[in-house]
Amino acid sequence: MPAQIKSRIPSKAAKDEIIEIKLQITHDMESGNRKDAAGNVLPRRIINKMVCTWNNEVVTSADWHPSMSANPFIVFYARATESGKITIKFHDDNGEVHETSADITVG
Amino acid sequence: MSEHRTAADVRRRDFLAAAGVGAVAVATLPRMAKAEPKDADALVAKLIGNAQPKDGKVRIQMKDMAESGAAEPISVTVDSPMTAADHVKTLHIVSEGNPNPGVSSWHFTPRSGKAEVSFRMRLAKTQVVRAYAVMSDGSVHAARHEIKVTISGC
Repeated sequence: MPAQIKSRIPSKAAKDEIIEIKLQITHDMESGNRKDAAGNVLPRRIINKMVCTWNNEVVTSADWHPSMSANPFIVFYARATESGKITIKFHDDNGEVHETSADITVG
Repeated sequence: MSEHRTAADVRRRDFLAAAGVGAVAVATLPRMAKAEPKDADALVAKLIGNAQPKDGKVRIQMKDMAESGAAEPISVTVDSPMTAADHVKTLHIVSEGNPNPGVSSWHFTPRSGKAEVSFRMRLAKTQVVRAYAVMSDGSVHAARHEIKVTISGC
């Protein structure tokens, strides 16, 4: 199933206001510690990296490990600097990159 | 060995085979549950080097008791003006009781506005969750939070 991303990012902000960025991505985050009924280890497949950019400049990024829950729900912040595009990329263990973006007007 | 296998023999064999599978499953359990504070210590040494963490500035908000360890909300806040001269560079969250001690490491910039994150984490058992904030001047601040877990989530 393709990962679905839900986001809540304000579309407007005052200059230098601190905005809240809320995201949820549907993903099993298979930890690599579990076994199936036959005793085979289920291979690890998680989102190992999250990067948030504002007009292509990195604002916040994170490295994730198997202790992150399934269907990660995250909240972090950003200082509203200029109008433009906020993009969040989730890097999957299998090489895929799940991406979402939102436009914001500052001022 | 006799060619005359009775129904009882077959059942006995099935039972032994099934018991064998069960024994293997039980034997692997201690490996799964092998998660100790010293694993967390080893990871922290790798993450922050030999910096001496100070108390204060970092606050972990989490319940004291979790019914299920599958997705427990956690918020970590670090007091910092988040300016170019004085900001939090990295915030590490480490678990003392999960099979993998690393939970997540967040990298901030002055444009992050404030050093605060919320997410949900897995908890294998009753344990201490730790947070380490590496500041732009190189100092490290830390906090700990003990949480009781009734159902494992790993």
